[in-house]
Amino acid sequence: MKRIAGIIVVLLGAAAGVLWADALSINGAGASFPNPIYTKWFDEYHKKNPNIQINYQSIGSGGGIKQVTEGTVDFGASDGPMNDEQLKAYQDKHGSPILHFPTVLGAVVPTYNIPGVDATLNFTGEALAAIYLGKVTKWNDPLIADANKGVKLPSEDIVVVHRADGSGTSYCFTDYLSKVSEEWKTKVGKGTSPNWPVGLGGKGSEGVTGTVKNTPNSIGYVELIYAEANKIPYGNVKNADGVFLKASLASVTAAASGAAKDMPADFRVSITNAKGKAAYPISTFTWLLIPEKFSDSAKRDAIKGFVTWMLGDGQNYTEALSYARLPKEVVAKEKKALAEIQ
Amino acid sequence: MATASTSLPSAGPVSGSRSFLSRLRDGDEIARLITFVFAATVVLISILLVLELWHDSVLPRHKFGLGFFRTTTWNPVEGDFGALPFIYGTLVTAAVALFIAVPLGIGAAIFLAELAPPRVSDTLEFFIDLLAAVPSVIYGVLGIFIVVPLMRQYIAPSLKSILGFLPLFRGPAYGLSFLTAGIVLAIMIIPYIISVSREVLLSVPRDQREAALAVGSTRWESTWKVVVPFARSGIMGSIFLALARSLGETMAVAMVIGNDPKISASLLAPGYSIAAVIANELAEATSELHTQSLIELGLVLFLLTFVLNGLARILIVVTSQRGAGRARA
Repeated sequence: MKRIAGIIVVLLGAAAGVLWADALSINGAGASFPNPIYTKWFDEYHKKNPNIQINYQSIGSGGGIKQVTEGTVDFGASDGPMNDEQLKAYQDKHGSPILHFPTVLGAVVPTYNIPGVDATLNFTGEALAAIYLGKVTKWNDPLIADANKGVKLPSEDIVVVHRADGSGTSYCFTDYLSKVSEEWKTKVGKGTSPNWPVGLGGKGSEGVTGTVKNTPNSIGYVELIYAEANKIPYGNVKNADGVFLKASLASVTAAASGAAKDMPADFRVSITNAKGKAAYPISTFTWLLIPEKFSDSAKRDAIKGFVTWMLGDGQNYTEALSYARLPKEVVAKEKKALAEIQ
Repeated sequence: MATASTSLPSAGPVSGSRSFLSRLRDGDEIARLITFVFAATVVLISILLVLELWHDSVLPRHKFGLGFFRTTTWNPVEGDFGALPFIYGTLVTAAVALFIAVPLGIGAAIFLAELAPPRVSDTLEFFIDLLAAVPSVIYGVLGIFIVVPLMRQYIAPSLKSILGFLPLFRGPAYGLSFLTAGIVLAIMIIPYIISVSREVLLSVPRDQREAALAVGSTRWESTWKVVVPFARSGIMGSIFLALARSLGETMAVAMVIGNDPKISASLLAPGYSIAAVIANELAEATSELHTQSLIELGLVLFLLTFVLNGLARILIVVTSQRGAGRARA
């Protein structure tokens, strides 16, 4: 009996040893918005390269930045670029910088529930800012009505709904409002959980959607991917070139190519209110945060291999999951930047 | 302490020569030591918790000082944090919850313990225990889909038309409000109050009831004037258990309170609670000051619970002494 038990233990140990020895495990953490596509990518990449296993925890952008700075994960992910202070903290701790790599694009759309109004409404940036500042309080206010000739808007109070939990969606939305409204910029600013002047806070995308659905005459904002997945109607937004556009994968990618020309070398760029007739204005990149220096060369090569694949074949998985793919210009720049990782 | 050394297994060469009794005694010592360590762990965890919360909230404590408790701005973008709206929201929702749950819960407990046939009582008790075990997020869903629409369409308008002269029931009603959160909390804590109060009432000695009946009181008089006062401190205990639960409830409150850090006299207005803001913002807090302010809020909630529990203890001691005094007189 004892001998059999011994043999089993040895065999189990060997099997575990084989498994452990072969799969290189890489850990990442951060933004929850790109979690579905990241999960898909890491899964597909593992199928193609069975010796590389990338684990991703969607703990939120803030958590991703924190963990990669502390060195508890190999890479981070964030919906908003790291600010100078955070970059400096990373540099001070590790002695080398951290790099941003855009992976996919997302967009934020305004959604509303006005009984008796079925038309797709047009929103200008000024109108959205004024609604969220609490200055425009009625649906038939000229600021909204002028952009919606032919739609009969009620003289009802607008119920404003925003995200209560800190989120990249709120960051993107307030980043846009800061660009189109000077008053928003000085009074509120941009952030993952800004100090909202008015409105109800819904917990998560489902909280915002649920509140908007249940509350007559309300307005909220959600990610495009969430609105698409749940068949939520949403409005058009006026872009920098004066065109009212409905968010779509093409119009979001167009926003990124519009911004690609002035893309800084570190990719830390906001593409809200981007130029271009076809560019949807409330669009954003989401980034992988990858250290410039790796002490473990196997990990470095694995991550570089993954990013190369992600920029190429990986982009083909985006549309099925309602993410907008990166424009060619950005992909080319990223491939160049990848060489910096040592 | 001298006995502790004998309890160490390495103290003697082989214990075979020792008597059975002494080994048993040694076993007692070991058991005593182990259980003492377990008991001490509880205290240690509480102390560590406070130390950790204290240590991790250095930045806001230095920056805002006591102003943290007085100011009402919560602005992560500007790095300006004040806890008052959250403290207010936490206390108001808990108060509303107790206001609804205490009469209902105690009434139900009296029925189950004193008036209902035992079979009915036991069956109902099974369902009540089931209710107590339902995860709070389920109550949150119940709140969003049932209480919130009811509140907006029926409860709030009728409250406004009947009690609208009070500042408590004014302003627009979105359905998400202090009152909604209070109602959902009440639904959550009623099972606790019923369950514990019923046990306490059942444990009142039979002779108390018989004595009351023997001197000619009715069934209800014996229940209300003898049994309930006898069980008073236990019932109080159930209420404070419920209070602690409603102060710390996170998920269900975050889903129905409206998450708006404002102080409004109206119960129909949206608000925010400490537990809800921590759950909402901690994951995506990008600045250190923001994270630490949320941790300080955690410390505030801990202290709030601590203080209220302390007051509860005092109240129990005072009322039970008065009860005893009256019984003697």
